[in-house]
Amino acid sequence: MTFRTYRQVGGPDGSGIAEQVGAQRARVDRQLRAVRRIVAVMSGKGGVGKSFVTAALARLGAGRWPGRVGVLDADLRSPTVARLLEATGPLRVVDAGVHPATGTAGVRVISTEFLLESGRPLVWREPDAEQFVWRGALETAVLREFLGDVLWGDLELLLVDLPPGADGVADLRDLVPQLTGVLAVTIPTDEARQSVARALHAAAAAGIRMLGVIENMVGYRCSDCGHLGPLFPGSAGSELAAELGIPLVARIPFLATPDALALDDAETSRVFEAIG
Amino acid sequence: MKFLCLDCDEQMQFAERQVPGDGTFAAAFRCPGCGRSVALLANPMETQLVGSLGVKIGGRTLDAPPLEMVRSAIQGRDDAFVDEDRAPRSVWSGAAEERLSRVPTFVRGMVKRIYADYAAQHGIAEITPEVMDRARGDLGLEGM
Repeated sequence: MTFRTYRQVGGPDGSGIAEQVGAQRARVDRQLRAVRRIVAVMSGKGGVGKSFVTAALARLGAGRWPGRVGVLDADLRSPTVARLLEATGPLRVVDAGVHPATGTAGVRVISTEFLLESGRPLVWREPDAEQFVWRGALETAVLREFLGDVLWGDLELLLVDLPPGADGVADLRDLVPQLTGVLAVTIPTDEARQSVARALHAAAAAGIRMLGVIENMVGYRCSDCGHLGPLFPGSAGSELAAELGIPLVARIPFLATPDALALDDAETSRVFEAIG
Repeated sequence: MKFLCLDCDEQMQFAERQVPGDGTFAAAFRCPGCGRSVALLANPMETQLVGSLGVKIGGRTLDAPPLEMVRSAIQGRDDAFVDEDRAPRSVWSGAAEERLSRVPTFVRGMVKRIYADYAAQHGIAEITPEVMDRARGDLGLEGM
């Protein structure tokens, strides 16, 4: 038996799936049209303070562009950045979309933090079995809706706080081809360096622009004398920067809260140079 | 997907969609040449796969409401959202909830959404078994 195959049959696809996926993409594109820079903040591993750095960068950005900085918390299962920015729900829904919450310094925030009961994990309503089959699709759909259904408005900078690991940035790039690039966060240790290097190489392989490295928790500053004492061994930040040929944008000591971030002029300048 | 009538070498046309309410999905296609019809019968896993993409087989007549997947797929706080432009959400009667509980859990959210959308579109404050029957008739659903 011989018969024509899918591409040989020229008529429209009866499922309408391709059109709907196209409409979803168009919706993301439309919503982000007035966003000038979309910067992903990533790390290869958890516990390096990625969300903390995201919140600190958002505050820094809001100082330059008041009311025109947003943060999308893509760490769906372990959202923290909303709390760091003191943004709370409920979220206001209108026909055109969802208004992001407003946090410290006027930063606009969207996060699963607003949806989940305090201290409760992210739980999908369905299916109740074999969730591993669907989880990736569901998480990407949530990310797509956070990009395309939130009324971001006119922003100079949208920071996307990615979950730990290397996959998130590629998914984000698929949804947002105009992604400005990624900032990587590490702590000084060699273990962190190796993990972040893997994530950065994955990003480079996906053709994503690497904007720089931020080394977090480089030391602990004495509250009495201001001396910066050691906290972790290693120099992952400078090593990653050399290995990948990207700038070491900032070295941040251990801080209790994001508003304690005090970059010097050179570091501030490097941050804004990195994000463009 | 496309369906090809092998006898006529004609592409069959999408005719009708049915969501029986048991987690499966059905779509009928008809050959414009000979009039023969076939039905695509998707099992619950296939139906869930499509639902996870946030799309509907056969296409949508209305744009998806904001955060449709987020709101339907994540178990979250009841007070996470305030709907400002939209009609208030309908409540479910005990009998309607009991009937809904007989739907397989992994597609229950999808089925619930169909009834909730119907109630919202018709300004119905409470979803009862009678409303479910009316929706089934109006929407051409079987077995719900």
